[in-house]
Amino acid sequence: MADDQLSRVFAALADPTRRGIVARLAVGDATVGELAEPYDVSVQAVSKHIRVLSDAGLVSQRRDAQRRPCHLEAEVFDLMTKWIERYRQQAQERYERLDAVLAEMREDEQPTRPRHPEQGAATS
Amino acid sequence: MTTTGRYQATIEADPNVPIVHMTRDFDATPAQVMRAHTDPELFARWVGPNRMETKIIDWDATTGGRWRYVASRDGEDYGFHGCFHEVGEDVIVQTFTFDGLPDDVALETLRFEDLGDGRTRLHAQSLVDSFEGRDQWLASGMETGVEEGYAKLDALLAEL
Repeated sequence: MADDQLSRVFAALADPTRRGIVARLAVGDATVGELAEPYDVSVQAVSKHIRVLSDAGLVSQRRDAQRRPCHLEAEVFDLMTKWIERYRQQAQERYERLDAVLAEMREDEQPTRPRHPEQGAATS
Repeated sequence: MTTTGRYQATIEADPNVPIVHMTRDFDATPAQVMRAHTDPELFARWVGPNRMETKIIDWDATTGGRWRYVASRDGEDYGFHGCFHEVGEDVIVQTFTFDGLPDDVALETLRFEDLGDGRTRLHAQSLVDSFEGRDQWLASGMETGVEEGYAKLDALLAEL
């Protein structure tokens, strides 16, 4: 269910408050109370956001510890980055093929090549 | 003399709307880049992944026209189709659907920005109807299908 997992990750990050929480956790672990401080929302609301983030596998909470600090699972972000990078590489390959087509088009449109010396000097 | 590899594609998955933004520069005028997108013969030469053959089935790159092509590899066909909603001087607005998911439609806007000196920046934007759709699209790699990287990913995700 790889797609479901990724969908949850992206959906979880679609919310600005949750992105803020993730940014805060990137600095270090924090409790729900600490995470609620900068926002004009209740601890319960932040708890709800934390639940969405942990369902997506982005955040974990140690059950045993008294403070139950939230921890960012950075591995998931690496996955997303890899995913997007793979897609980018496909686009890059596609556009390099387009580069080649465009280079041929330029040659078709300029049948007078090689250029006259003065033109070459002017454009180089 | 070759321009290959000189420019890198940038890609960004918008966190607020299910959009993928992409930009890429080319050593060609906007009219040339535009023509490479609207002339079916030229388009077929670059759109498909390496090792895949693209066959144009239907092509009317005018406002209100439609398109369809099939990408083939190892006897497997992947069909794509859509409509040209608007074909302007420096813009193409079109829909994009993978035949395998006929209900899913992406709205693509391609803008060809003139950078001068015979260079063009392509701004490509794809809007899909849900974050789930966008993310599956990003994840699947669409045209290339399942690859070994995907299998590794499955294994990693299973551990989460």
